[in-house]
Amino acid sequence: MSILPKSAAGFGVTFSHMFKKVVTEEYPEKPPAVAPRYHGRHILNRHPDGLEKCIGCELCAWACPADAIFVEGADNSDENRFSPGERYAGDYQINYARCIFCGLCIEACPTRSLTMSNEYELARDDRRDLIFTKEQLLAPLLPGMEQPPHAMRLGNSEKDYYISGPENPGMSKGAEGRPVDDAPGAGSERRTGEHR
Amino acid sequence: MGVEEKLPAGILLTTVEGVVNWSRKASFWPATFGLACCAIEMMASGSARYDLGRFGMEVFRATPRQADLMIVAGRVSQKMAPVLRQIYDQMPEPKWVLSMGVCASSGGMFNNYAIVQGVDHIVPVDMYLPGCPPRPEMLMDALLKLHEKVQAEPLGDKRRVIVAEEDAPAVPLGSMPSSYRFNKAKAAKWREAVEEGSEEQLRITEWMADREAIRSGKGKR
Repeated sequence: MSILPKSAAGFGVTFSHMFKKVVTEEYPEKPPAVAPRYHGRHILNRHPDGLEKCIGCELCAWACPADAIFVEGADNSDENRFSPGERYAGDYQINYARCIFCGLCIEACPTRSLTMSNEYELARDDRRDLIFTKEQLLAPLLPGMEQPPHAMRLGNSEKDYYISGPENPGMSKGAEGRPVDDAPGAGSERRTGEHR
Repeated sequence: MGVEEKLPAGILLTTVEGVVNWSRKASFWPATFGLACCAIEMMASGSARYDLGRFGMEVFRATPRQADLMIVAGRVSQKMAPVLRQIYDQMPEPKWVLSMGVCASSGGMFNNYAIVQGVDHIVPVDMYLPGCPPRPEMLMDALLKLHEKVQAEPLGDKRRVIVAEEDAPAVPLGSMPSSYRFNKAKAAKWREAVEEGSEEQLRITEWMADREAIRSGKGKR
């Protein structure tokens, strides 16, 4: 150490970084994995036959601390059925210029209709584009799903849609469904929230 | 303003326009204007892991005279509003404003008398970025969308008239998510989806396909 001047030792620290791993993530080209439960934009889920899970109860709107959710319920009829049961969301809007992604709406939802994805690229140049309507929030139709309105395909009453939900993974097919191996106990040793 | 007003518009001017816009977008110098928690994420974006220097904007200028981008990071109180406007007025043209976080964009959860309900009541905003606070990737996404808009800005009034007469692009400028725009295959999918009006459904579908990778933690995404 005494042979080298002090400044050379200092530069040595800098030079040693040449051989260290780069910590910078290459965002737009290779987006890093987010935490599995990262709160991203919402999804309005569907039943396996394509009927909407939302029953227009407005609990999400009541739970929202930022008043970002607007729900307008409407009545189902046998000819015009969007969800099992009596009511469906005639209009559903989330204002992403207000939403703070706290997830209280998800906790409030009684039918697991509203869940969150990990999508976060939401910036827009107009405030109006940040208000997501029901068409934008609704999950896409998976194979086997049918565009509502249509009759209840999974049973005669709405009970058939809910009664075996937890046991029957097919009941929660779609964006909010978790894989069968991730059921309680099966994957508890897996560490969540870890990335990189 | 200058010589670009007098010359006939043509290949020369469009090329110059491209070069000028490229140099503008590739060297955004933001004014330091952190107001709340969003500022912490803004600072993190400048650090090694996210490295805004990759987009030529790691210098957060302490004086508005040297800045051309104002990142309003955080809630703007009524008392701060005139200060914000003054800093904006002190910035030289051309200048852009990015409203970072829901509080700056619309007041967010602070719907009360103390907070300005959206910074666009005070200054013109070019990009609204939701999130509370937005993660650094969201800020980079907003900046890259703003880059796309700046790159297409017409140079001078003549070009402005010409561009206004042209058809608007099918995918509005600054609307495609950056992870799609910088990935050719995904960008093509997005353009297709915009024609059908189902781009948000595409996003959910893509996310569902990536979900296993996200869960296992090694995710390509």
